[in-house]
Amino acid sequence: MTETTTETLSVVVEREMPFPPEKIWRALTQPHLIEAWLMKSDFKPVMDHRFRFSADWGSVDCQVMAVEPNRTLAYSWGAYGVGSVVTWTLTPTSAGTHLRMEQSGFRPDQPQAYNGARAGWPRFFAALEQQLARMD
Amino acid sequence: MPNPDDMLFRTLADPTRRAIFERLCRDGEQTVGALTTGSGVSQPAVSKHLGVLKLAGLVRDRPDGRQTHYSAQPGALAPLVDWTGRMTGFWQGRFDDLEDLLKRMDQ
Repeated sequence: MTETTTETLSVVVEREMPFPPEKIWRALTQPHLIEAWLMKSDFKPVMDHRFRFSADWGSVDCQVMAVEPNRTLAYSWGAYGVGSVVTWTLTPTSAGTHLRMEQSGFRPDQPQAYNGARAGWPRFFAALEQQLARMD
Repeated sequence: MPNPDDMLFRTLADPTRRAIFERLCRDGEQTVGALTTGSGVSQPAVSKHLGVLKLAGLVRDRPDGRQTHYSAQPGALAPLVDWTGRMTGFWQGRFDDLEDLLKRMDQ
């Protein structure tokens, strides 16, 4: 329980894909293609564009944070009142593309209101981990 | 996307509630009055937040005469600790579907 909580709450999934980055980029950025593997959306690969993923269980509010065609795409991911950032990284390889997705930064959407507490989620989870460690 | 413990997330997404819960974790059992002192939030507001925390199983109350003492129940946080595992499963499923789509797409 000594890792920083930011690391603990970061989700990384990566995979070698036998396809060129340009093709994967299309699947990551064209709404009719995104819908086939992720969710319905009004996504546009434009900086600061606000969009929403929707599914039968609810929706995710997003905003584009980085666009570097065929290389990097990042958007905020707000669900359940908790925000995070999803970052896609495409690296060309001899066999195709190394595709990496990282979801991180778990943070509250609202400003602080209690006793000037500046505790964000990382500090909260640090406290939580200490607490859980004491319970053993 | 896996459906996380919605109530737990919503309860802790509020920074005031999270601060109250943190304080109970840090300082141990407290009354509403003690939690209100110096908080900058009214006692009715603190009581309301404690009610929500109690509903989510995050705090327990212990009546003692006219006072009620509140304590943190960190075990209720277990679903949050599972969050990364569930999100990893969600994205692995998306990667599978993405790969299927890429196979079907024209160059």
